[in-house]
Amino acid sequence: MQIASVGENAVLVTLAETSSPEVAAQVGAAAAAARRLLGNDLVDLVPSYATLLVLFDPYRCDHASVRTRLREGLAQLATDSDSGGRTVELPAWYGGEAGPDLTRVAEHSGLPEQTIIELHSGASYRVYAIGFAPGFAYLGDVDPRIATPRLSTPRQRVPRGAVAIADRQTAVYPAPSPGGWNLIGLCPLRLFNPQAEPCMPVAMGDRVRFRPIGREEFLDLGGELP
Amino acid sequence: MSLRVLEPGMLSLLQDRGRFGQHGVGLTTGGPLDAEAFLLNQRLLGNPENATAIEISFGGLVLEAECDTSLCVTGASLPLDINGRELPPWEVHPVRAGDRIRLGYSERGCRSYLGVAGGFAIPPMFGSSATVVREGIGGLRGEKLAAGDRLPCASRPAHPGRRLPRAWWPDYADEVTLRVIPGYQVADFPTLQQRRFFSLRWTVGQRSDRMGYRLEGPAITCERQGILSEGICLGAIQVPADGLPIVLLNDRQTIGGYPKIGAALSLDTARLAQLRPGGGVRFRAISPEEAHNALHLARVRLHNAPLEATENRHG
Repeated sequence: MQIASVGENAVLVTLAETSSPEVAAQVGAAAAAARRLLGNDLVDLVPSYATLLVLFDPYRCDHASVRTRLREGLAQLATDSDSGGRTVELPAWYGGEAGPDLTRVAEHSGLPEQTIIELHSGASYRVYAIGFAPGFAYLGDVDPRIATPRLSTPRQRVPRGAVAIADRQTAVYPAPSPGGWNLIGLCPLRLFNPQAEPCMPVAMGDRVRFRPIGREEFLDLGGELP
Repeated sequence: MSLRVLEPGMLSLLQDRGRFGQHGVGLTTGGPLDAEAFLLNQRLLGNPENATAIEISFGGLVLEAECDTSLCVTGASLPLDINGRELPPWEVHPVRAGDRIRLGYSERGCRSYLGVAGGFAIPPMFGSSATVVREGIGGLRGEKLAAGDRLPCASRPAHPGRRLPRAWWPDYADEVTLRVIPGYQVADFPTLQQRRFFSLRWTVGQRSDRMGYRLEGPAITCERQGILSEGICLGAIQVPADGLPIVLLNDRQTIGGYPKIGAALSLDTARLAQLRPGGGVRFRAISPEEAHNALHLARVRLHNAPLEATENRHG
């Protein structure tokens, strides 16, 4: 673990050099611990793949005290790495009009579409990071057999709820936006809803599974057709 | 009780100090690009630091008062008139229902702040009124101001007139030096590239906005093309594959995968954001401790800035 000052009120905790489901769980646990350790001195936290960015109030504390508290407080964390995190199920309507790139993933992998759906929905993913846009959760790892590179030309508009794959990551688009990921399905749940509490169904360090559904259930669950 | 927008100008946004504690769901900070000019505006009006004001980029905002209140304009210098009468910036002026408030275009700097006594009454989203257009969050509809918008504010009795003496007005020069804490991936930049970064004069590029200021100059190279995406703080300086640095500002994405040579002091990103394309930028390395001291000195200076009493005049 490395702890370094990277900005006037920013300290970066690096938990590992590469990402893995175990490291993602550690980052989630480190974020919860940093919240406890710093209390009101904390301004914001950005957990990501293998790092935790800690932003503190420079009028209440300083770099040395923040680094020391994190170093001492996070030292015990390494032992219980796989703790925490819930499992969240996200329904997904795969293929056809819901997932225009499922055929592309099938061609790239050489597998039938049904196998791709089985492999995608058969795995348990970790939330590696949340960013890019409000509510956009990067999930991994996708089975290497169905990992597919981004589109060479990104789409101008990806619909809300699009279930997508890029290399060994998968995600659900929380809002319409441009995007270059392969769209394989649609999720009827809103991944980011400012009016809801909590505003996201998933959090950093959670596990996520996809459950295949059909068009009818998609509409029953409140899904909107793109 | 409100001010009504007659002409919104190029980019006018409702902002409080910013949205904090929401990076975990991917929401950025937003808030005033020039926090110094914003906070002095609140001090002049006697408002809490987190009151909501309008950030006006380049100018062109025209408002009509629908209630009696007081207002103050700080930041980039631009012509201000109420009912055709020219009035100075950095000073609290009374307005009455029916008054027309007109801002011209900025001559030096490009971010100005218009605040009213008590601040605009904007319901917070995720704890803040700060408008981030990219996220569609904050302000009135998550968008910039448009003609016809009504900005709710309280009707106030005449406010004690106050002004900031001219000697205290910031000078928005057309070149700034950013103090930088070398951090993040500085070691991935070869020594020669680091020396070039800190000795060259860079120029603000056309594609600069509230997300970040793109700089132009001779490209610098990094030994790594990309990193595992990690959190990005205000002022972080990322160097993408084209070798041209981007200084990330209030509306930055919360995570990113480009190597970063360091992060600039917020006191200096405030001045950077006052530059227009073509403005000059230099960098100077400082330690985290020096940065800490600079923040505290600036805060004392802000709190101790002498405010002079003026007579309320209304034409």
